[in-house]
Amino acid sequence: MKEQNYEQDRKRIEQLLRKTMPPITGQIDAELRRDLWPSMQKRLEARPAKVPWFDWALLAAVAALFVFFPGALPVLLYHL
Amino acid sequence: MQVLEQPSDVLRQFSHGDLDAFELLFRRHQRDVYGWIVRIVRDTAAAEDLTVETFWRIYRTHARFDPSRNFEPWARRIATNAALDHLKTVRPEIDLPEDLPSPALPDPGISKELRRKTARAFRRLPPKLQVAATLALVEEQPYKEIAEALGISKGAVKLRVFRALRLMRKELKRQGVEP
Repeated sequence: MKEQNYEQDRKRIEQLLRKTMPPITGQIDAELRRDLWPSMQKRLEARPAKVPWFDWALLAAVAALFVFFPGALPVLLYHL
Repeated sequence: MQVLEQPSDVLRQFSHGDLDAFELLFRRHQRDVYGWIVRIVRDTAAAEDLTVETFWRIYRTHARFDPSRNFEPWARRIATNAALDHLKTVRPEIDLPEDLPSPALPDPGISKELRRKTARAFRRLPPKLQVAATLALVEEQPYKEIAEALGISKGAVKLRVFRALRLMRKELKRQGVEP
């Protein structure tokens, strides 16, 4: 009985979903409308994001902490 | 452009980071990758951006690609991950986009209110469940293909679909809709 209810619910929700979001599969109009290579080229040519100076400073501070206080490493790992 | 006729040559050159080979693969597969992504995110503009993002990830990881294997399943898996990352950034309050071409317009047989509630219940699902439910229930893709694209077993896909339906039922009930 429970399984039957589940099957009924499943079918109803499936129906609702398909009516809310009709399938795209097989629709010619949903195909790519333009060549994306120019956008890809732009992406390839873009310079990688620069790391801000304070990130480097933070990294240096953390490295220095571990050099001078190696005992802090397990504490940090525990809190991660 | 260098002449790259054989698909295996193209894949080998690509795995060495050759840009011409990458362009060839891009032009050959952009439609399929886009088609797969748009089924998941259901937003044509986002799908275009995510197609570029997918190929960007593909290009960055060219050295990890094994040229003796098929390119399509590998690309599809990366595309699925990119689409999943996108869904994680979409707030559940935002309605499903309706900019898909006319044949994809929602069925007028159900009320706008019911559609809105169903869409909201769907958007509240965790992204991993959304992907499994869209591909399996709406797009009716074979479980084997979904499993490959998600990098999980067929059983795990079925479990995700089951969980998606259970959560949707709960959410619809909460919104006063008896499924």
